[in-house]
Amino acid sequence: MRILALVKRIFHQMLRDKRALALMMVAPLLVLTLLNYLLSGNTVDPRLGVIKADDNLVERLKDNDITVLQVEENTKDLLLDKDLDGVLQFDGENISLTLTNDQPNAAKALQVKVQQAIAAEKAKEQAATLSAFMESIQSKLPGIPVKMEQVKAPEINTSYLYGNKDTIFFDQLSPILVGFFVFFFVFLISGIALLRERTTGTLERLLATPILRRDIVFGYLMGYGLFAVVQTIIVVTYAVKVLDITLVGSFWNVVIINLTLALVALSLGILLSAFANSEFQMMQFIPIAIIPQVFFAGIFPFESMAGWMQILAKCMPMYYGGNALVEVMYKGSGLSEITNDLLVLLGFALVFIVLNVVALKKYRKI
Amino acid sequence: MLSTIVINEVSKSFGKKLVLNQINLTVESGQIYGLIGPSGSGKTTLVKIIVGMDSPNQGNVQVLNTVVPNLKLLQKIGYMAQADALYSDLTGEENLSFFASLFKLKKDVQKERIAYAADLVNLTADLKKKVQNYSGGMKRRLSLAVALIQDPDVLILDEPTVGIDPELRQSIWAELFRLKKTGKTILVTTHVMDEAEKCDRLSMVRDGEIITSGSPAELKNQYGITSLEEVFLKAGGKQQ
Repeated sequence: MRILALVKRIFHQMLRDKRALALMMVAPLLVLTLLNYLLSGNTVDPRLGVIKADDNLVERLKDNDITVLQVEENTKDLLLDKDLDGVLQFDGENISLTLTNDQPNAAKALQVKVQQAIAAEKAKEQAATLSAFMESIQSKLPGIPVKMEQVKAPEINTSYLYGNKDTIFFDQLSPILVGFFVFFFVFLISGIALLRERTTGTLERLLATPILRRDIVFGYLMGYGLFAVVQTIIVVTYAVKVLDITLVGSFWNVVIINLTLALVALSLGILLSAFANSEFQMMQFIPIAIIPQVFFAGIFPFESMAGWMQILAKCMPMYYGGNALVEVMYKGSGLSEITNDLLVLLGFALVFIVLNVVALKKYRKI
Repeated sequence: MLSTIVINEVSKSFGKKLVLNQINLTVESGQIYGLIGPSGSGKTTLVKIIVGMDSPNQGNVQVLNTVVPNLKLLQKIGYMAQADALYSDLTGEENLSFFASLFKLKKDVQKERIAYAADLVNLTADLKKKVQNYSGGMKRRLSLAVALIQDPDVLILDEPTVGIDPELRQSIWAELFRLKKTGKTILVTTHVMDEAEKCDRLSMVRDGEIITSGSPAELKNQYGITSLEEVFLKAGGKQQ
């Protein structure tokens, strides 16, 4: 079998190229580990300076995980000197909040906490006033004393459809990343490998033998596909066993999705290599063909995208891959829920494979 | 005599540039046929068209009575490209055995052919080395060995002896003569005149046209001079 000869050669080459092998097998683990620690780090309590604040309010702020400092004035220098995230100033009925806003997300969160604390304090005061008022009325009224119930804040029991209260952003992000790394590294390595065959003339030499054009494409898919299988199993095992990433659904479904993604990446990589003249030109495809994929893979919610962006998302293989991976790993869906995604991915692969076979006509018409 | 390669009115242009202009050429079976001409004259394009790696804009090529391109025909053509197309991260032996499998040689035949081809080009001792550690001449020799691996009936060699030392060049030519005796047809391109002397027939190519053809002796007689170099200059000289 000529395909097997090609597969065997790719094995020889890959096993000898230790760097490419390491890039494929170890680099994803490294990046995943880094991201895991970065995104699951503890949040730092915000620091808030207060001027003329009520003691009860200060207590409430402290209960809300805010470090409260008593300060004298509200100036820029003071905010920076004391490394404050904001200053809350009371001036009679007027309340003013100055936020550093160097990290908009943290500033918004602090603002919400402060507003809640003030509102809660106000509500308590009003409740106290109201009950004092009622008591005074009751004492003046003869007859049946009505017992006033103390107003209590209602307690909300929260339950989660997916994940739990300890779920962090990384749990939702990691399935997408696992898929993306497989996609990215398979794309890069297979694309550059075929590109090298083009530039060194071996592809032309190959086509001067009786091998069929489609056999070359299938040989590449099988050869690098087998490495993609190993890579997928390593990455998924590491993510689940070592990094303890949430995996609700079946391990093997994750492997199936990643392999389908790898197939798309492989066929896309070798196809795009036809339009590159050097390794550097191959790298130039990364910001165009690869990076946008990650944005549409589910990191940003699909529903909030503009209409044309949604159409764009549906042209991206990673959209389907990311979706299927989140379904299985985070939501615990079975194979039947991801069948559509898998079929679309296989469709992408099929189109790329056919285009590859056609693109080789550049070298030999038959 | 049977004609092994028949080129019929072949023209080829890249964009507006005419690279081959109505080439007619016939290589008889069992000949060593030389295509001689300076670089850029269109030799390589013609060779690629004969192998089927490029298609002419006009005309056609037949090899062994089969119209090119044809997959089955490729089994019978040994092709050595001008650039060494080798896998530098593999050893010489792995390169040979890879191409041998592409020609679907059986395991035992493969071994035999690899040993034969390696011995012919004097690479037996270096077969286990990676090609990236080969010298330029060694790579050229390995390319020749690859062209011979499936024992083809027709050999098409594009500048086979570039970068090969004189001694080895002698032995390669000796082997080409031996291959010729076993009935193989060989087409060689070269720009070295003393190699042209060794061919049975010659075509001189310049600017995409064949300026003159014949056996070395015929050519020299025709122009009344003793060296092929002068023939080339005279035949190719721009007409005043």
